[in-house]
Amino acid sequence: MIPSGSTDRSGGSSPGRVLQPGVDISHRGILYLDAISVSFDGFKALNDLSLTIDAGELRCVIGPNGAGKTTMMDVITGKTRPDAGTAFFGQTIDLTRLTEPEIADRGIGRKFQKPTVFAQHTVFENLELARKADKRVWPTLRAKLDSTAYGRILAILDTIKLASEARRLAGLLSHGQKQWLEIGMLLMQEPQLLLLDEPVAGMTDDETMRSAELFLSLAGEYTLVVVEHDMDFVARIADRVTVLHEGHVLAEGSMQQVQQDEQVIEVFLGR
Amino acid sequence: MKREDIEAAAAPADAAFALSRLHGASSRTVLAMLGVAVIVLFVVFPVCNLMVPATSALHISDYTVTLLGKIMCYAIVALAMDLIWGYTGILSLGHGLFFALGGYAMGMYLMRTIGREGVYQSELPDFMVFLDWKAYPWYWSFTDHFWYAALLVVLVPGLLAFVFGYFAFRSRIKGVYFSIITQALTYAAMLLFFRNDTGFGGNNGFTDFKRILGFSITAPTTRMALFLITGAALLGFLLLGRAIVRSKLGRVLTAIRDAETRVMFSGYNPLYFKLFIWTLSAVICGIAGALYVPQVGIINPSEMSPANSIEIAIWTAVGGRGTLIGPVLGAAVVNLGKSWFTQVLPEYWLFVLGLVFILVTLFLPRGIAGLWTRSRT
Repeated sequence: MIPSGSTDRSGGSSPGRVLQPGVDISHRGILYLDAISVSFDGFKALNDLSLTIDAGELRCVIGPNGAGKTTMMDVITGKTRPDAGTAFFGQTIDLTRLTEPEIADRGIGRKFQKPTVFAQHTVFENLELARKADKRVWPTLRAKLDSTAYGRILAILDTIKLASEARRLAGLLSHGQKQWLEIGMLLMQEPQLLLLDEPVAGMTDDETMRSAELFLSLAGEYTLVVVEHDMDFVARIADRVTVLHEGHVLAEGSMQQVQQDEQVIEVFLGR
Repeated sequence: MKREDIEAAAAPADAAFALSRLHGASSRTVLAMLGVAVIVLFVVFPVCNLMVPATSALHISDYTVTLLGKIMCYAIVALAMDLIWGYTGILSLGHGLFFALGGYAMGMYLMRTIGREGVYQSELPDFMVFLDWKAYPWYWSFTDHFWYAALLVVLVPGLLAFVFGYFAFRSRIKGVYFSIITQALTYAAMLLFFRNDTGFGGNNGFTDFKRILGFSITAPTTRMALFLITGAALLGFLLLGRAIVRSKLGRVLTAIRDAETRVMFSGYNPLYFKLFIWTLSAVICGIAGALYVPQVGIINPSEMSPANSIEIAIWTAVGGRGTLIGPVLGAAVVNLGKSWFTQVLPEYWLFVLGLVFILVTLFLPRGIAGLWTRSRT
């Protein structure tokens, strides 16, 4: 299941200080959601949702609007607290007890549906700010950019194909470029798990294709969870697909299996 | 600009350019401006005020010195406002409170130095005698020591801002809600200080100061010394502000302004960053207030009126948010205008101020400082 290109990235590759012990993936799973329920004013956004993601996997999550995809990401990243159920990152980290910055620090990166970058900073500075480091106030005030960090930023600039835009203000980038910059910022955080909410929305066909290549190259080294509406895109990249419906997992399997599932056809694909 | 862009495109991998982007003015320009400011403040003003005879055209009057000293205090406040509003995107409509608290702390010391020279010739300030108090209340303890008053100048606004900010930011109160609460805070404090029982002189506040650190407070040399200290403080805070906004922390602050959720999901806790700059901003205001009171000779609760705090925001907006020199210019232009206008057409000043604010918002969103950057691009 896990492609070559090892999943062990804790071995001194990080120039920044590792503040927290890394995620324990000794049982292969990196994310465990168990019986999660969330309701807003009586509306059950998530209803007894259980989901396990293996380390190094590229998982796509699909489902009609209101199926709970974004709420699920909110729970994983600490934005929303579940009414019931447990969410664990690896074997030991209880996500329901941590704040958003703490979860980000432990190694979960999240890309929003609407690309969110620092508009008044250059592309370079956006990556610099995202970089894994001691992110408390005082160390941030004293921080200097060393050559390792500099090299890392240049490498990511190449990965996201924005090297020529390094000194432009991020607010001036095209929509697709902003999406890529945001992904680059996630990579700078050196996360274990990347949550991508509609990462190719608004991209040109060419950009979408390049995104697919990028994500495929990241899988293995990182674990990716992609929420996407673009079915061609999902078919191109997914190892496994999870279908959500009314806050619950409706089906799970390869794209083909899912597409042939009677229930899935009924609620989602068959329309 | 254009040519640099082309060069950058020619050397795409050289992202060092990205860091050399001008965060405000370049080091050389800053040094030059600093040099001019130091010469004008520390040479021209003392010489023309104290040495050049009053009959000479080059003489600078005591009135001018006091007026400019006062304006420099306002400029420090505007700078503090800019750190929290312009750079971090948090509009405070209660900054007048921190300014007034610093002023009151200094005022307590100045009241103590009056000694028995008050109207009632008592050890106690006149207003306490008037209230028939027999001794200083506990919170006046040690205020006859300058160092202690100086400590209060920093600690009182700092602690209040810290505690208030902690709860407000922890509850994720933002935008207009935060502004309204700060407005309410300063208003509540004003009502408290208006009461005679509070022990700060009620609506009259503190005045009739005689001396500071043993020097007569009205002597031209004392005034000049206060003026110079204020000038040094202004320059010092400008340099401090520059160091902060050019640091990584400064970039985080601007990032909080532009996309706070992204900051959070990047692993920074915005609470502590906001708290840091908010508290620092309040402390700077307190120091400005402490410098203001001995020069103006009075402090009373009207300094805490909501209108005063709004005016601080206007100085900053007129000068240019998100630049360091902008708020200084804004405070100077608006207050020089005010002191001229209130002599000529006093009843129209507030209308003019309102109009200026509207025009600046519509046509000069980046303020006076924006004119300069625009002309360069």
